[in-house]
Amino acid sequence: MKMRPTIKYEADRVRGFGREIMSVPGCEQLESCIQCGTCSGVCPLSIYMDHTPRQVMALTRADFKNEVLRSRTIWLCASCYACTVECPQEIRITDIMYELKQRAIHEGIYPKRFPIPILAHDFSEMVKKNGRITEMLLVIKLFMKTSWLAALGNWRLGIDLIRTGRFSLVTERIRHHGDIARMMDAVDGKKGPSA
Amino acid sequence: MKYSYFPGCSLKGLGRAYEESLLPVMKHLGVELQELDDWNCCGATAYMAVDEVKACVLAARNLALAEKSGLNQVMAPCAACYLVLNKAKHYFHDYPAIKATMDRALDAVGLHYSGDTPVRHPLDILLNDVGLEAIKQKVEKPLTGLKVATYYGCQIVRPYATFDDQYNPTTMDRLMEALGATVVRYPLKTKCCGGSLTGTLPEAGIRLVYILLNEAQKRGADCIATVCPLCQFNLDGYHAQVKAQYGDVLVPTVYFTQLMGLAFGLPDKQLGLNRAAVPFKWRPTEALPATAPVPA
Repeated sequence: MKMRPTIKYEADRVRGFGREIMSVPGCEQLESCIQCGTCSGVCPLSIYMDHTPRQVMALTRADFKNEVLRSRTIWLCASCYACTVECPQEIRITDIMYELKQRAIHEGIYPKRFPIPILAHDFSEMVKKNGRITEMLLVIKLFMKTSWLAALGNWRLGIDLIRTGRFSLVTERIRHHGDIARMMDAVDGKKGPSA
Repeated sequence: MKYSYFPGCSLKGLGRAYEESLLPVMKHLGVELQELDDWNCCGATAYMAVDEVKACVLAARNLALAEKSGLNQVMAPCAACYLVLNKAKHYFHDYPAIKATMDRALDAVGLHYSGDTPVRHPLDILLNDVGLEAIKQKVEKPLTGLKVATYYGCQIVRPYATFDDQYNPTTMDRLMEALGATVVRYPLKTKCCGGSLTGTLPEAGIRLVYILLNEAQKRGADCIATVCPLCQFNLDGYHAQVKAQYGDVLVPTVYFTQLMGLAFGLPDKQLGLNRAAVPFKWRPTEALPATAPVPA
């Protein structure tokens, strides 16, 4: 049995993390969280989480960066916005979850081979290259990177998609696909090649 | 009535039955749609997790293209696209720093977005621009006897309730009743289908799908009507996994536009009804009499 402390150490805090998150557009209201737990109550996925949304709010505000970014919770959020709508303090919890996901991806501290960050990453790469998503290519790529076994478990779904004419591997691409990369470079403050 | 039409990636891929049924139905009602030229990915849920500002920039290109097209309004049928395009618009108005980034990125590709273009869902257009009376007049084969569970999912009512009630939306209920169908009470109408978790974390995602299907069956629904390509994909595509874990719950899931097409008497082939893994076999039996019967 693995022994874990039941209280948190001051030393585990990363000073300023909470402030940093609360300075992001959409995340300001976190400061006013009253820890009522409404978010955890309405969340359809909280039963699978290691920390409930209420706990993630408290941990974030109290600077427990590592604990939050390593939590399964942020990857279980399906962006259904139930918590955001119900929160009596009007905290945009879904947007805070998005921000935490971004930090975790950026710092590379999500569980290895965990499919959701891989999906998010491949999705953005495909959009940058083609401007659109070819769903089947994205799904196949995901399975190749994560688990062949999971793909085999979904064989019925694959057959159904072929049978109903929805299995298409033809790459969708916009005419001005160079525009997407140029816009992304402009966001990053890069000059980029002249148009 | 003419609108700029933003299909989104799903309506060209896994959700093609949505587009296949939406276009003829809108045409039948005299709504003109012009597909947005060279549209790109809306910025979607998965992109939001990578970079929210970049997701807004992707959405902004579409909004700028829509303005450039000269058509004042954009119709976005996919729930995720609808949300992201609206969210980008909110951010554009609420956060000067994000607006500046959006402006800079659009400038790099010679586009401009003023922040006006309304982004609207087909349900909104059908109820508020076309009107239920005009829709009723087009019904040739009423859906009499069909029991429908209307399922709205998350993102057309949350977080922005733009044209319907956030907790108990009724636009699709009223539409289905106008087509002659019976709407069953379905308290889970805005509960989450699990989104992409069905694929990435099936133990959690499949359970949410099961809960939705099981409730529809318990309420005696012949089908679930949906407005979102991902909801349709999840509720229709994962029956084998649901069966393996919880037992068979074979309720078919169709797009609301497919039911509209059936009521309008459009041929099955135009409605993408062959696209579902769990086939929807119910068909309206009798056509309305062409003229009212004359008393002898």
